[in-house]
Amino acid sequence: MSAPLQDPSVSEGALPDTSGSIEGRETAGMSQGQIVLRKFLRHQGAMISLVLLIIVIVFSFTAVGMGPIPGWWKYNFYNSSDVMNGGAPTWHLSNPFSLGEHPFGQDDIGRDNFARVLKGVQVSILMMLIMGATLLVVGVVVGALAGYYRGWVDNALMRVTDGFIMLPTIVVGAILGVLAGHLANPPLLAFVLGLILWPTLARLVRGDFLSLREREFVDSARVAGASDFRIMFKHMLPNAMGVVIVNTTLMMSQAIVLETALSFLGFGVHAPDVSLGQLINEYQGSFATRPWLFWWPGLFIIIVALAVNFIGDGLRDAFDPRQRKIPSARKMARADRLLASSANLAGPFTPGGTGDGSTRGERRRSIDDERKDGQ
Amino acid sequence: MIKFLAKRIASSVLVLIVVTFLLYVLTDLAIDPLQELRTSTSPNKEADMAARTQQLHLDVPSPLRYLWWLGGVGGCFIGRCNLGSSWKTHQTVLDMLPGAVGTSLKLVFAATIVAILIGVVVGLISALRQYTTFDYVITFVTFLMYSLPVFWVAVLLKQYGSISFNNYLQHPRPNWPLIIVISIAAGLFWMGAMAGSLRRRLINLAAATVITFAALTYVFTSGWLQHPGLGLVGSLVIALGAAVLVTHLSTGLNNRRSLYAALTTAVVMGGAVYYGMQWFYHFYNPTVWLIALLTILAIAVGVGIGLAFGGPDKWQSARTAGIVALIAGVVIFIDQAMQYWAKYSKMSQISGRPIRTIGAGEPGLEGNFWIHTVDNYTHLILPSIALILISFATYTRYTRGSMLEVMNQDYIRTARAKGLSERTVIMRHAMRNALLPLAAVVPVDLMTIIGGAVMTETVFGWSGMGKMFADGLHQADIDPIMAYILIVGILSILANVVADFVYGILDPRIRVTA
Repeated sequence: MSAPLQDPSVSEGALPDTSGSIEGRETAGMSQGQIVLRKFLRHQGAMISLVLLIIVIVFSFTAVGMGPIPGWWKYNFYNSSDVMNGGAPTWHLSNPFSLGEHPFGQDDIGRDNFARVLKGVQVSILMMLIMGATLLVVGVVVGALAGYYRGWVDNALMRVTDGFIMLPTIVVGAILGVLAGHLANPPLLAFVLGLILWPTLARLVRGDFLSLREREFVDSARVAGASDFRIMFKHMLPNAMGVVIVNTTLMMSQAIVLETALSFLGFGVHAPDVSLGQLINEYQGSFATRPWLFWWPGLFIIIVALAVNFIGDGLRDAFDPRQRKIPSARKMARADRLLASSANLAGPFTPGGTGDGSTRGERRRSIDDERKDGQ
Repeated sequence: MIKFLAKRIASSVLVLIVVTFLLYVLTDLAIDPLQELRTSTSPNKEADMAARTQQLHLDVPSPLRYLWWLGGVGGCFIGRCNLGSSWKTHQTVLDMLPGAVGTSLKLVFAATIVAILIGVVVGLISALRQYTTFDYVITFVTFLMYSLPVFWVAVLLKQYGSISFNNYLQHPRPNWPLIIVISIAAGLFWMGAMAGSLRRRLINLAAATVITFAALTYVFTSGWLQHPGLGLVGSLVIALGAAVLVTHLSTGLNNRRSLYAALTTAVVMGGAVYYGMQWFYHFYNPTVWLIALLTILAIAVGVGIGLAFGGPDKWQSARTAGIVALIAGVVIFIDQAMQYWAKYSKMSQISGRPIRTIGAGEPGLEGNFWIHTVDNYTHLILPSIALILISFATYTRYTRGSMLEVMNQDYIRTARAKGLSERTVIMRHAMRNALLPLAAVVPVDLMTIIGGAVMTETVFGWSGMGKMFADGLHQADIDPIMAYILIVGILSILANVVADFVYGILDPRIRVTA
C-alpha cells in the first residue's frame, strides 16, 4: 500500500549495485521528493491540466474580483443591464481575441453571463479547495489515530467511518446542505460537506499507519523519547504522504461534482449566491431559447473536474515507484531498428529476440494501481 | 465464514441505528414544516401553526420522536410495520414504497447490466492494448465520464436524444455530417481495438467506416426508423454472426464440433424458431413470465443441440450453443417489439414523438404486452444512457486495472510458455481472474447507483425512491426521507455482506477469521 520507499532501486538509487540500470543512473543523488516531482513534471496530461487549472483560477479570481477587491471585468454577477441582441453571446470562435460587450451572453433580465459564470467558477473552486482541506485534515487525523493506537480507538473510529460510508455522499450532503443553507454562506457549506468526504482517505491512511508503525524508525523515535503526537505527524505521516496527496486530489474532483449536484438539486448554494451547479439549475429551462446560459457553466465544471482528475492521476503515477515512462510503440520500433542496423554493422545478429519479447515484458511491468487507491 | 458475516451484520445494524438517529435529528433541524405558515397572512395563522405542531408533534424533542419512529420500524419484525406517513399527501410511507422501489430498481438494473457489459469489454481491450493510442483515448474518455455532471448531460440528452430525434422522425432528413463523423469514429474505434500490422489496422479502419456508414445510411434514408424490424434475414444473419463470434471467444474456431453446434443453433433459432414465433405471438399475447419461460426454453434448446454434437468436450459445445440460443432469442424478442414501434408511435398519447423525456411510463396507455414493452423502453432509454455513461467509466477502470495486474502474473507467462494460444490465455486464464474483483465491486456499486439515482430520477421525473427523498427534503416531510435512508442503509449492509460472501467463495486466497 505504501507506495514510496518500497522499491529499493528508486529510494536507494545512488547505491552502486543499481547504478548500472537506467533508472538508477537517472535518479542518482536525488531525494524521494525530487524524484516524485520530476516524474510529475514529466507527466504530460497532468502538466497540461495543471496549467489549464491555474489559468482558469487566475482568470476567474481576477475577472470578477474577490470580496471588496474589484476585478477587471466591467460587469458584476448581480446587476442587470439592457438586454442587447436578445442576450446573444458576443464572443465567437471565428474571432477569439475580441470579447465584445457580453462574451457569454446575457440572461433574460440582462445580467452578464460572463461575470456570472466566472463568479460561479470562483465559488465552486473555492468550495472545492475548502472541502479538500477539510477532508484532508479529518481523514489524516482519524486514519492516523486509528492506525497508530489500534485497539479500541481503532475500533471506535472505524465504526464511525462505516457509518459515514453507509449512505451515498449525495444523500447526507443534501441533508447537511439544507441545514447549512439557512446560513447562506458557501465557504461554510463547503466545510460542512468536507466533513462527509473523509472516510476513504481515513481508511487508506489507517492502512499505511498499521504497516508503518511496525518499522524500525518508529521504534527508534520512541526510544529517543518522542511523543506519540511527534511520532505520528513528524515521522510516520511523511511516509504516508503519497497516499494522502493522491487521494485528496482525486476526492477534490468528486467534491466539485458533489457540490454542483447539490446546488443543482437546490440543496447547496442558493441564489443570490452563484455556483456552477446553481447556474445550471437556474437556467436549465432556458436551453431552448438561450442555450449559452446552459453550456458555459457545464463546460467549466467539466474542465475543472477533468483537470483535477488528471492531476491526481499524474500524482499517482509520480508516487508509484513501479511506474516509469514507457516509450511509445513507434519509438520502440525506431530503437529496435537502430539496434538492428548497428548490430548488422557489428556482425550477424537477429533483432527479433530483443524486439517483441523484451519490450512486452518491459511494458507490462508497470501496473495500474487504480483499485488500491480506492478510485 | 457464517460467524464472520453474522458479526459484520450485527455491528452494521448497530451503526445503522446510530446513523439513522443522527440523521433524524439533523433532518429535523434542517427542515421546517411550519415555513409556509410563518410567512402566511391568514388571520388564523397562530391557530394553523398550533394545529400543525400538534399534528406532527413538533413540540416533542426530536430524539424522542426518533424512538417512536424506531418503534414503528421495529414493528416490521412482528408484522405491524409503521414507517409513518407523508403529511403533505396523507399517504402512508408503506403505500408509497413499493411503487418507488420498483421504479428505482427497474431504472438501475437495466443501466447497470449494460454498463457492466460495455465497461468490462472496453476495459479488457484497453488493458490488452496498454500504452497505445486506443488505451490513452479510453483513459481520457473515462476521466471525462467521471467529471461529467449527470444533470447537465441529462438536459443535453433530452434535447438531442429526444426532442431532435422526434423531430427527425416527423420530418426525416438525414444529418449527413453527423453520419460521417459517427462512421469515422466507429472506424477509428475498431482500428484501435483490433491491433495488428499497419496494413491490417488500415483495413480495419476502412472496413468499419464503410460498414457503419452503409448501415447508418440505410437506417436514416429508407424509413427504417419509422418501421423498424429485422426480418427473417436479419435475424438469421445476426444469429450466425453471434455463433461465429461466441465460438471464437469461448472455444476457438478450431473446435469444429463446437462451431457446428453453434451454427446449427443459429439456424434453428434465428430461422425456424423465429418464423414459428411470429405465428405464436400473432395469436397469443404473452406475459413477462411466459417470456422468461421461453428464454429458459431457448437456452435449453441450445444446450441440447450442443450436447447432441457430443464429442469429448460436449459441455463446452453446449455452453457455446446455449449462449448463441440466448442471443438469438433476444433478437426475436427485440424484433417483435420493433414490429409494434410504428403502432406505438401513432397512438394518440404519443402522437409521433416516441422517445419520452419525463416519467417511467405513459399513464393510461392501452395495448397489449408489446405496446407496454415498447413504452417501457422509450421511457427507459434516456435515463439509462445517463446512468450508463457514469458507471461505465468505473467498470472500465476497474477491469483495466485488474486485468493489467493479472497479465503480469507468473502463471500467465507459464500459460504462454507452454504454448497455449493467446485466446486461451486471455479468455480462460487471465479474464476469469481479472473479473474476480468485480464480484466485490458490483454489489456495492449497485447500492451507490441506487442512492445516486436521486439526480437522474429528479431530472427525468421518475417517481422512484430518490425523488421521494428529494421531494421530502424540499417539502419538509421527514418520514419519506427516513424511509429512504433506512432502505438505502439496509441495501448498503446487504451489498457489503454479499460482496464479502461472494468474494470469499470465489477467491480461495481469502480466509476470514471471525
